[in-house]
Amino acid sequence: MISRFITLLLLISLVWAVPSYADDFTIGYLQLERDARYSKKQSFARYLLGSLGRPYAGAEVALQESKFHGSGIGATFKLELVKGKDSAALLSSIKEMNAKGVQFFLLDLPADAVNEIASATKGQNLLLFNVSAREDRLRQEQCQAHLLHIIPNYAMLSDALAQYLVFRKWKEILVLSGQSPDDVEFNQSFKRSAKRYGLDIDEDRPFVLGSDPRQRDQNNISLLTADADYDVIFVADTKGEFARGVPYASIKPQLVVGAEGLAAVAWHWAWERHGAPQLESRFEEKADRPMRDADWAAWMAVKAIAEAVQRTQSRDFAVLSKHLHSEELVLDGFKGNRLNFRPWDNQLRQPLLLATHNWVVERAPLDGFLHQTNNLDALGFDKPESKCKF
Amino acid sequence: MRKTLSHRVFLASLLSACTLPVYAKGTGYLFISSEKDNNITVLDGKTYEVVKRIGTEARPRHLQFNADKTQIYAAAGDGNAIDVIDVAKLELVDRIGEIDDPELFDLSADGKTMYISLEEDGALGILNLDEYFAKREGKPDLKVAEAAPEGDSSEAEDDAADNAEEDDSSSKKKEDDALPGMTTVEVGEEPEGILVSPDGKTAYVTSEVANTVHVVDTASKEIKANIVVGNRPRRFALTPDQKELWVSNELSGSVSIIDPATHKLTETINFLPPSFRSEDVTPVGITLSKDGKTAVVALGRANHVAFVDVPSRKVTDYVLVGKRAWNTTLNKDDSLLFVVNGLSDDISIIDMKSRKVLKSVPIARVPHTVLVDD
Repeated sequence: MISRFITLLLLISLVWAVPSYADDFTIGYLQLERDARYSKKQSFARYLLGSLGRPYAGAEVALQESKFHGSGIGATFKLELVKGKDSAALLSSIKEMNAKGVQFFLLDLPADAVNEIASATKGQNLLLFNVSAREDRLRQEQCQAHLLHIIPNYAMLSDALAQYLVFRKWKEILVLSGQSPDDVEFNQSFKRSAKRYGLDIDEDRPFVLGSDPRQRDQNNISLLTADADYDVIFVADTKGEFARGVPYASIKPQLVVGAEGLAAVAWHWAWERHGAPQLESRFEEKADRPMRDADWAAWMAVKAIAEAVQRTQSRDFAVLSKHLHSEELVLDGFKGNRLNFRPWDNQLRQPLLLATHNWVVERAPLDGFLHQTNNLDALGFDKPESKCKF
Repeated sequence: MRKTLSHRVFLASLLSACTLPVYAKGTGYLFISSEKDNNITVLDGKTYEVVKRIGTEARPRHLQFNADKTQIYAAAGDGNAIDVIDVAKLELVDRIGEIDDPELFDLSADGKTMYISLEEDGALGILNLDEYFAKREGKPDLKVAEAAPEGDSSEAEDDAADNAEEDDSSSKKKEDDALPGMTTVEVGEEPEGILVSPDGKTAYVTSEVANTVHVVDTASKEIKANIVVGNRPRRFALTPDQKELWVSNELSGSVSIIDPATHKLTETINFLPPSFRSEDVTPVGITLSKDGKTAVVALGRANHVAFVDVPSRKVTDYVLVGKRAWNTTLNKDDSLLFVVNGLSDDISIIDMKSRKVLKSVPIARVPHTVLVDD
């Protein structure tokens, strides 16, 4: 009797569960109402690593490309954009949406918010895609099994840059370093790469913004670049406001890399191979501006979910999650290589572009920089270096 | 040179005057499109010397003969046009304009219908050529794009400029209706490879971003089936018995074999030349021999072409060619294979019997397709 009653209850709950699933395959997209990274003032700096606007348009372009991916299981992909005041507000949105069957979420959030949300949702049946936080710690100590990173982290960027400098034999480096936590992280990451690839950092000189004559040794670029023997200047500046003033202002006629001059990026509008101009033009049509790293990452995240649905012909969370985490996954990032996630820290393997403001000079990993299993793992944290424990 | 030319023209007209079959003996010439020099290089089929370079609209890519091989159609992607080249005169003689970024196309067996993958629109374009030419008034201005200056190769920039210009023209185009004779079928984004069945009833279109082969009924203009293949499907080849449709998957490094009767994926062939890693294998060009026994697949960044024994599906040889080998063409008697190397600006000529490269010939910047007039 009781078992029959339970069966009946189960049947009722199944019938009830159907409408919330419907034919839609909804992907959550979370952002903060106010995010300093997208303030007009900051995007005005237009520095190479920065954003030119919110990356949501990238996800929309991916949706447009995924019209057929769900057709086999009768699913249509949808995006649900949620703007929250803070992590707590976003967490309650995730809970609500998850109860309705949403299991995949893009996080366009700063590192701390990503960490808070990932920690609070640990063990639940959902997957999070980090599309804009580059911080190494999210892939190391703060890593989570259900948090996948699309945007390349600082270690990947600095490894790509270091490969290029070694390839050109520009090995003596002067570092100009900002003091914000992000700048410090970018700088530490470059130092790790310098050691890894054999670059010499002659000196690391901290800079400050401003024109206070009492701080001129730290705010005047001529003074900052004088009396040192170097081939290139690496500027560790994650805002770009200082970095953009360095080219053509140094004492010696030297090139600038890092945040300005030549930077390692995930995407660049001038990349012309592997169908990139078509993607770029689809994005520009949607967003009315060039595509940048986070835009590409939001696009790639939706594409990854669609790819998993198409390949597995399933909407079962366990099946999709398994495929996304597997080395069988093949993602097309319009950068030439097959992309998938590193099993040890869930970072997306990918080539990076070494770009100036209007050209892609090289694609990393550069020829000749090899890795025993996958050359893409020459960029960023390789398995032996990983501090991630899921 | 001119002498031989007019001689050939004379010979051709003499032959047709004798009401011999229309398939007169070809000129023997090779025609190769160059995406960045905006021209078609004509090579002598014996000496491989350059006979002429025929200027076209910007970024010529796919080339195909009309039914009686008197004309070549050339898809000029950035020029938004399909140019028409006269084979006897070696001249640009006409143009089908206002086609948004054409890359690949195929012709029906009678040569009267053109099937075009319209990348920007995510659509298959079906163009009735008789209707188009009948309704079109006069000949378009046959201006020729200049070769992009040395070092200036930012296509994305060109595209941006093009798009800015098109904003006006595309809205105008909508008012004026589409091209005469053109109908479209919406498919996945970035349609690429295209093949029309010999009976003209079915068009197969790959969608690079949807990892799908769309099967389109050409009469009803409806999608009959969507077949999931590997990642970034690029080119087709149909076996002579029409029982197998081969599709190259650039990113998966494989070829998918489809049964056209059931629309099912039946087999997948993977490639790995010695000392390469699977991620270097990016197949695009695919050509089947006329006896249906041998398939040749160009492996892109792996700089090799693979020879596949069709009955056993075994890869029997890998032949080293130039950088980023992509489109492939066999000559009439299947004795020579021409492989276009997109990143070394040349073609490799392979003897099919010995499977050795006989010669590599410099062409122009970013060569795309070879046609053989034999």
